[in-house]
This record gives sequence, structure tokens and C-alpha cells, in this order.
Amino acid sequence: MSWEIVIGLEVHTQLSTNTKIFSGASTTYGAEPNTQADAVSIALPGVLPVLNKGAVERAVKFGLAVGAHIAPRSVFARKNYFYPDLPKGYQISQFDLPVVGMGSLKIQVEPLSGKAGSYEKVVRITRAHLEEDAGKSVHGASQGMTGVDLNRAGTPLLEIVSEPDMCSAAEAVAYAKTLHTLVRWIGISDGNMQEGSFRCDVNVSVRKPGEPLGTRREIKNLNSFKYMQQAIDYEVQWQIDTIESGGKIHQATILFNPDTGETRAMRSKEDAHDYRYFPDPDLLPLDITPEMLEAMRATLPELPEARRTRYVNELGLSAYDANSLTSSREMADYFDTVLASLAPSPQSSPASGRGGDRENQSSTLAKLCANWLIGELSAQLNRDGLDMAQCPVSTRQMSGMLVRIADNTISNAGGKDVFRTLWAEGGDADAIIEAKGLKQVSDSGAIEALVDEIIAAQADKVAEYRSGKDKLFGFFVGLAMKASKGKANPAQLNEVLLKKLAG
Amino acid sequence: MLNSSLIQLGDALRAKKISSVELTQTYLDRIATHNPVFNAYITVDAKTSLAQARAADALIASGQAQPLTGIPFAQKDIFCAKGWRTTCGSKMLADFIAPYDAHVIEQFNKAGAVNLGKTNMDEFAMGSSNETSYFGQVKNPWNQKAVPGGSSGGAASAVAARLCAAATGTDTGGSIRQPAALCGITGIKPTYGTVSRYGMIAFASSLDQAGPMARSAEDCALMLNVMTGYDERDSTSLQREKEDYSRDLNKPLAGLRIGLPREFFAEGLSADVGSCIQESIAEYRKLGATVVEISLPNTKLAVPVYYVLAPAEASSNLSRYDGVRYGHRADEYTDLADMYEKSRSQGFGEEVKRRIMIGTYVLSHGYYDAYYLQAQKIRRLIAQDFTDAFQHCDVIMGPTSPSTAFNLGEKGDDPVQMYLSDIYTIAVNLAGLPGMSIPCGTGRNDMPVGLQIIGNYFDEARMLNVAHQYQLATDWHTRCPEGF
Repeated sequence: MSWEIVIGLEVHTQLSTNTKIFSGASTTYGAEPNTQADAVSIALPGVLPVLNKGAVERAVKFGLAVGAHIAPRSVFARKNYFYPDLPKGYQISQFDLPVVGMGSLKIQVEPLSGKAGSYEKVVRITRAHLEEDAGKSVHGASQGMTGVDLNRAGTPLLEIVSEPDMCSAAEAVAYAKTLHTLVRWIGISDGNMQEGSFRCDVNVSVRKPGEPLGTRREIKNLNSFKYMQQAIDYEVQWQIDTIESGGKIHQATILFNPDTGETRAMRSKEDAHDYRYFPDPDLLPLDITPEMLEAMRATLPELPEARRTRYVNELGLSAYDANSLTSSREMADYFDTVLASLAPSPQSSPASGRGGDRENQSSTLAKLCANWLIGELSAQLNRDGLDMAQCPVSTRQMSGMLVRIADNTISNAGGKDVFRTLWAEGGDADAIIEAKGLKQVSDSGAIEALVDEIIAAQADKVAEYRSGKDKLFGFFVGLAMKASKGKANPAQLNEVLLKKLAG
Repeated sequence: MLNSSLIQLGDALRAKKISSVELTQTYLDRIATHNPVFNAYITVDAKTSLAQARAADALIASGQAQPLTGIPFAQKDIFCAKGWRTTCGSKMLADFIAPYDAHVIEQFNKAGAVNLGKTNMDEFAMGSSNETSYFGQVKNPWNQKAVPGGSSGGAASAVAARLCAAATGTDTGGSIRQPAALCGITGIKPTYGTVSRYGMIAFASSLDQAGPMARSAEDCALMLNVMTGYDERDSTSLQREKEDYSRDLNKPLAGLRIGLPREFFAEGLSADVGSCIQESIAEYRKLGATVVEISLPNTKLAVPVYYVLAPAEASSNLSRYDGVRYGHRADEYTDLADMYEKSRSQGFGEEVKRRIMIGTYVLSHGYYDAYYLQAQKIRRLIAQDFTDAFQHCDVIMGPTSPSTAFNLGEKGDDPVQMYLSDIYTIAVNLAGLPGMSIPCGTGRNDMPVGLQIIGNYFDEARMLNVAHQYQLATDWHTRCPEGF
């Protein structure tokens, strides 16, 4: 009998405020140790926390983006424990009254290792709450001593907790990726995983179908989707093996070691802290007014989910293409801008029956544009280690090139040539086409003359073809292309060849 | 000069009858003479004080003096003052030099006042006799064998012994009012949120409130004018219009309704204190006030509720003293846990440790609901009692403390007896109301007795009026212990 996997995620996402959640110290990453530790970060005697409104706005924005209930009043609580990188001896967090309540996120699950069957799933989000980050212990900082860097202490975090709705590593990764896209999309976090701006804790358990939930183990602090998948796969197998060989799963916190690909227990439930949560008397309850809620709603951009649906329903793109284009807001916006300059604006399309043609036409352009962005452009970005925001080819340059493919001035292959030049040297598509002589021959007279010449010169082959050797068609195309120096419009060439070879 | 009011001192300074340097030096000399016996100050820094005095004299000379410019004040050692050692009465912070000014210190600095030094106090403000201070006990100027009260015992002793013009204190469960009563001076704890807590070392955040300790209500009003005001650095600071606390001092009291809670005159109140209070009420009747009996039915719950909530907050507030970044760290330890244990065991005194233990317990899993949550509910009932009572009266009066100053060492080994000495003051903090204590007679052994005046929220100006009219009619507040 097979096993059912149950996975829930807790994601700590760093909010993109310039200053800390309870003080005016900078949150810029990578500064010299303790240069961004002000009196509040060090927890000097007598200092008090003052809530950063920007952090609250970002939390509310997130709540709205996942259709969650926003608590009109939430409460900051102290989570008490001792650790050198926790300067106050407590972390200010939210406990029984978080700012964001139940919401949900629709995810598109791409099965791993190229298997077919992409599907949609809705993952419920239990809650999201505001809290401050701790500092960093630097072990062995000097001669067997541990150093403490409090630059990060007090950095605003939004902890996003999901329901245990995922039942495979693929779903967990899809959820984490969708969430990662969303927080960047709505501009509440830079999502930089290397810098710890997006850290995932994954709760994993297994059970036989129909049985109650198994005991879970929590994999802490995963900061890459690849590791997440590896860690879950390993952990699931470990739990199944343990149970099948007669063992029991004990609740524990575990770490994933990317070098060995294994998970190992960090502490068991028995050593769990009693955090002695209680409302922080230094902070008033957090009230979210209806006005603030509306103001935040007004700043929300079109969300990735809505954009995806629009691409599929209105542009006729495949779910896969729509998903790829909405992997970041920069990519989607780039796509929209390029497409807008290629396609006739929907406002100008007449309400008559001819709209259908227009839709077909715009769908073709959308597909062309999507192929280029997902294909050549993404590949090039990858190769140079750039993200979309750093793309050297502007939307204007890109549409200048695509418009020449669309109007048959150049072939797709010619387009690649233009694109490589745009990427490396910049410039303008038309000028590059001109300079490189990439214009394809679409003059039907010229193509017919060229085809006639070939037919005359290859009488034997023509005879063979006409007697049924269809495969020779490619041979004629090759000759004709060569004769046109690659400039013949392929579609037109095919048409003329077919007609003339038929005799 | 030593018995002059703050207004008289200010006038004399501005009239150049005396300079701030002379006045400051006078107090510094007195401190040098008396502090070795009374131990009212933990830290004195003559050089810094005199530099401030010189700056004040320059302001006065340039005609930019404000009411308190050039007047020397003593600051409780719970307020961080930049460059000053700020100990909070603890070994934990015995060497801590504050790198910034508390809001209260800033306000005095802006007013051009002189900081005479940092006054002794119970460790982290936890105590009612000033005996828990790491820096030794403070003596009551009225009787060297008696305690000055606490936790602002050094401030009360310094004001009574004329070792400063006036002083600041803080009050979490009675720490301004009880020592004021025991040392025969006037002190007021304003409505919670009136004085910013920024830079004031936290004991129990939801109860802590700073206020003035002086020789008269009139002086307290002037100081409140400086100390209060919205401060964005304290989220519990209240956004209200700045007010002049002196504005109503001279209003007649005709028609004033005084509520006497029957629970304040029951078992536990010493006869000598009780009769002083009755005599002062009689004086108020002469001034035109009427008296109504009221009830604060949950009074007996105030002490137990306080000893759940205050330690709970304190146990968390004091977690930052871990020896990692500043403060006392043990010389030798084996590992991290050992460093925490040794540093904190050595750095904190018995009473502080007791309250950390109580607070940790009541917040623990499985006990939180029964203690902390229950106490929060009763806290609301206690506040409601006052709201109901103020339907029938304008101010509430009663004893500040159940007895006059007890002897040093008398209650040292019985914490519960010590806790009960704040039985009349604690409920006021739980409700967040303003409360004050004024001298109203002498009891056994000629020791001072304090009358407590409790006002409704933000009614400080009226309370000061009520106190000032009494002080115009009587002279208890002008009495000075022998030898000063």
C-alpha cells in the first residue's frame, strides 16, 4: 500500500523597508559587522520599539494579494529565549492575533523530470505575521571565540504559514516558487535567497491514505528550491523507511546538508523551548483602519494569477507559457510592453465579426513574443547571470526586431542574428538588418525565377521527385535557400517550390 | 535659599541674586557633607554639574532663561543620561555609562536645568525601602534608623535633606508616592503615558511612569510642565496638547467632592496614620470640600494582581542583561549557558531574582491562563472600580502607606510584608491613573505621614490645585528634618 505525503511550509520573507521594524537603523545587506546596530538593535537599557509603518503596509499588501482576512486589530507578543544573537532576550513577534489571517494561493504544479501533466492546485495560507529577525552568531570569529553581528537584528520579516496542503516535493516547490514570485511582484520583498530574504521551513510527515496525520519533522532554513526538493525527497524516503522497518517518527527539528543530500536532527521536541509568549507592553495593539486597507488595495498591481489567466484566456497562450512569463513581474511587464507595440490595441478593434481575425492575429503575435522571451531572451539572461531588470535589450529594441519577423522582413533565424547584435552591441533592429543584409526575399517574381533555375538544372532529381520520392523536397529547399543566400522567405519559398515541382 | 520654592529660585537666578554655579556648588557641598551618611546619591559628578551651571548662567545672562534654568535637580539613577554612569541600583549595570539621554533628561537639559547627580534606588526599582540597592541602603533624614521608602528612596531622602532643589522619581507600584510619604515630601505620578518612558530603564512597562518629587505641589507642577509631552520614541506616550499644570493651583476648593474608599480605612492601617488622614480631611472640609464614602471593592486583589503582572513583564524586560553586550559578565565560565547563569546570578540581587522567578513562572506554559490572563482580567475590574467611584467624587483620598517609615532591616526577610506596604498605591498604577502624596502630619516618633490624592485620568492640574490649597492652609510640607 502506498504512502501519502503531507507537507506544510513556513516561509520567512524579509520585507523591503529601508529601516528596521522597530528602529531607524538601516537594513542594507552586507555592511561591516555591527555598523547597523543602533541602540534599539543592541537593546541598550531604556530603549523602546517603535513600529515601522512600511512593514505593516507590506504585510497588509501581502494579505490582500492572497485574499486573506486582515485583522482590524492584531497584537505584538514577546517570544522569550536566551541566545547571544537575540539582544533583548526576546523576539517581538505576533502570536495569537496575527495581522494576516486565512488566505490562499493558486499554484501551477509542473511535474518534475519532464513528466507530462501540469496541474493547478490551491494551497491555503493559515496566517502571516510580522516579526523581527535575530542577529547572527559568527562562530570562530576570532581565536575560538564566537562573534555577534547585530546588523540583521530587527530586520522586518513576514512569516507566512501554509496549511499542510501539499503532497509532493513538486507541489511544495511550486508553492514556494509562486510565493517567491508574489512577494517580489507586489514589491514587499526583494526575495534574495542568497542573502536570506526568503527562507523556508518545511514540515513533512507521511501516512497511509485515510489514516490520521503522521508525526511531522521540520526541515529548517532552506534557501534554495533545489535543496528544498532534495531535502523533501530524502526526508520522505527516510520517514517511510523508518516506519516500514518498524521504527517510529519523533517530532524534531532537522537540518538539510546539501553536501551529503541528507537531513539530520538538530533538536527533539523534548528540548523545545517554553517561549512564554505574552503581549508586548511596549507596543500598542496594531489597528488597521478600513482607509489604510483601501489605500493598500489601490497600490496592488495586477497579480500574477490574474495575469496568467489573462494570457491564457485572452492571448491564447499555453498554461506553460503563461506561467513562464509571469515568473517575475519584470518579465511579464516586458512582455506586455513589447506585445503592446506589436499588436493592435484591443480598444481599436471593432465590435464586428472581424474581431475574430484580429484575435487570431494578436494570438500569433503573442505566441511569437512569448517564444522569444521564454526562449532566446531567457537563455541569454541565464548565460550572462543577469535578471530581467538588468536585461541589456530594451523593450523598444525587442519589438523593433519582432515586428520585422512578424512582417516577414527577416526570418526567425535572421532574428536571432539581430538579437545577438542587439544584446552585444545595442543599436536598432532595422539598422542591423540593413547593415547585415538580413532582409529576406519576399518578391514572388524573384523567388519564382530562382526556383525555375533550380528545376531546370536538376532535371534528374525533379523526375525522381515527381515519381514519388517526396523526401527530396528538403533537398530543393536547401538548394533554393543557398541560392538566395538564406534570404528567401521560407514560407513563400515552400509554396512556390511545391507548385512548380508539381509541374 | 534651601527652603525656597522653584519659582523663588528661578526669580533669584534671573535677578542675579545668586548664580547657578553658586547654587550648584552649595548643593554639591551639602552632598559632600551628608551623602556619606545618607547615601542618597549613587553618582555625583561635580565637574559636569558645574559645567551645566555655567551654561545656565550664560543663558540667564543672555536673557534666554526658562522657569527652571540654572536650578539643580537630582535624577533617579533609572534614567539614562549621556556620559553618566547609569546603574539602576544594580551590580549588573555598576559600570554602565549611558551613551544617550532619556526623554526626561533631555527635557531638563532643554529647560537649562542642572543635573546634580544620580539618586539611589531599589535595584531595578524593585523594592519599597531602598534596601535592595546594590549601592547600599539610604537613610531617612527624619530618623537615620528608618527607611526612606522605595524605590525612589534616594530621591525622597535628597529632597527632604535639602540635597537638591527637587528630584525625579519613577512609580511602578508606589515608588514615588510611598517614599514621598515616608520622607515628608510631595510627589506625583502622572497618568500612564504622560511622561515618555524613553531612556527610563524598564521594570514593568505597562505600569512604569516617571514624575516629580519636590517640597510642594507648586514645585511639582513646574516640573511636570517640563517632563511631560508626546514623544514618538515611546509608543505608549499619549498624543495630547501640552498643558500648564500650574494653571489651576489657585482655584478655591468650594464644592470639591472627596471620595474616601472604605477599603483604605480598614484593617492594616496604623492608627497614627489613620488619625492624620482624618485630620487632613477635616482641613479639606474647612476649605469647602464635601466628603463621600466610596468603595473600591477589588482593592484587596491589587497586590496579588500586581505581583503577577509586574514580575511577568520584569522577567522579560530584564532578559537583556545577559553579559553579552554590556553590563556584568562573570570572570570565569565554561560555556554559554554557564556564562548566562553566572553573570545573572552575580549581577542581580535577591529581590530581582525572586521577581524574575515569579514572572517566569506565571508566564510558563500551563500557568499563563491561571495567573497572567486572570490577573489581566482583574486589572480591568480594578480600573472599572475607579471609573465607577469617579461618578461620585472629583478626587479620591486616603493614606499613601499603611504606616510611617519602618526601620531598616525590619521587613527585609519578609517580602510579603514589604509588598503590603504598597497596598494603597498599587491599584492606581494598575488603573493607569494619576496619584500623588503630600505630607499631612506626623505619626509615631514624629515621622511624616503622607496623604494620597488620586485623580481621574489626566486630572493632574486639579490634583495639584487640591494639594496646593492644602499647602497654603497648612505647613506640613515646609517642615524640615532636624539638622538640615
